[in-house]
Amino acid sequence: MNRNIKEHVRNSLKKGIRSDGRKPLEMRKITVDTGFISTAEGSARIKFGDAEVIAGVKMALEKPFPDTPEDGVLMVNSELLPISNPDFESGPPSNASIETARVIDRGIRESKTLDTKSLCVTRGEKVWTIAIDIVPLNYDGNLVDMGGLAAMIALKNAKYPLVKEDGSLDYHHKTEKRLVLKRIPIPVTVCKVGDVFLVDPTDSEENTIDARLTITVLEDDKICALQKGGDGSLTTEDIAKMIDIAIDVSKQIRKTFMEAD
Amino acid sequence: MEKFVRPSKRKLDEARAVEAEAGVIKKADGSARFKIGDTEAYAAVYGPRELHPKFLQDPKTGVLRCNYNMLPFSGDGSRVRPGPSRRSKEISLVTEKALLPVIDLREYPNTVVDVFIELPQTDAGSRCAGICAAAIALADAGFIMRDMVAAVSVGSVRGTVVVDLDGAEEHMDENESTDVPVAMIPSTEEITLLQMDGIVAKNDLLNALELVKPALKLIAEKQREALRNRYKVKE
Repeated sequence: MNRNIKEHVRNSLKKGIRSDGRKPLEMRKITVDTGFISTAEGSARIKFGDAEVIAGVKMALEKPFPDTPEDGVLMVNSELLPISNPDFESGPPSNASIETARVIDRGIRESKTLDTKSLCVTRGEKVWTIAIDIVPLNYDGNLVDMGGLAAMIALKNAKYPLVKEDGSLDYHHKTEKRLVLKRIPIPVTVCKVGDVFLVDPTDSEENTIDARLTITVLEDDKICALQKGGDGSLTTEDIAKMIDIAIDVSKQIRKTFMEAD
Repeated sequence: MEKFVRPSKRKLDEARAVEAEAGVIKKADGSARFKIGDTEAYAAVYGPRELHPKFLQDPKTGVLRCNYNMLPFSGDGSRVRPGPSRRSKEISLVTEKALLPVIDLREYPNTVVDVFIELPQTDAGSRCAGICAAAIALADAGFIMRDMVAAVSVGSVRGTVVVDLDGAEEHMDENESTDVPVAMIPSTEEITLLQMDGIVAKNDLLNALELVKPALKLIAEKQREALRNRYKVKE
């Protein structure tokens, strides 16, 4: 990013002015679409303004890990595809994409959204593996919040494939059976520039902030995952404020989850 | 011989329903979405921009670089492992060759024009869908092109020649069907992509290449329509 533009964006943000006219704590318009990918067991398309992310759920029957013989397996993966932004390059997953996937994964795993025991078919032999892949199509910031919502809606949308008599899967026939989601973790990333806090940063805003904190909020306002990022530091007062903001914003995002199918 | 009825009840020379849209990825210099049946491709163009490593640069012309990639949830069966494979590298290469004849990058020496093709879902014919999307995206990015490039497959299933095989037809009789992906420059009928899986006699192949031409021209019309809609150009 051009240094002068960066400086300009930063100075404006410090005064609470955003280039798209939003207030610091205002989200972009959220739109949701589900079940549009025929080859996935579940799918979701999330747009925050023009930023677009898709998530797909694939299910398989596999051997469990030897140390957890009666637990199903959850896998969250994310790739910063070069199709979605001029700054992304082809190649092995970048550190940023691994962080994104791990923060989203942590929220879903630690909240015990999925009861892994209920995903066991035969102890030590066969369990369901649930793979969630999150990919931006048009990357314009805030991938953790968008991807976290996309992952949850794709899980909600997923239907088990048919298990044939020989135990193999018929991916062309979905059953009506859905995954049971016990909790709904919603990640919200709050950013700090100077003394200003803001949510839902765009690509160019992300490049100018001092620090960010992703707070994954549950339906009872409890927190199930945290990740501090950015080069700057945060005081405990900052963290308290950021948690309040995240809880507030999570309610808005949660509404879109409840309405999606 | 009994007449072959396609699982989808399509006519023998009928391609699946097509949706085409230009300018779908705001961050890109040009982009498109192309859907044929349940096969869907997104393409984005970035460039001309600096090419690294430097030894790949060509002082005479810009370089077209295509990258075809199936998303992990886009496969017919279980999850596709992310990252490049031998298959995706070969498809990326033939995609480049399919598009090069219509595009002239001599105005942009030492640069690269990147075309990224991503497939969220596939039901056979994904390389053709990728080429169709890429051609629209290149036009959307403002490159001067001799013409559109349209692509679709033609093949024989149980001895009958059909256009645009879907997954059900491709996998019929333990994959015994013959599949020929074709890309064509519609105005001159020059062919820029030709591959084949299966066994065929010379005359059957030539007949198939004739049979597929109307479908390709129809697809090219959909591609042009996507661009007209994007720029609100009237006929």
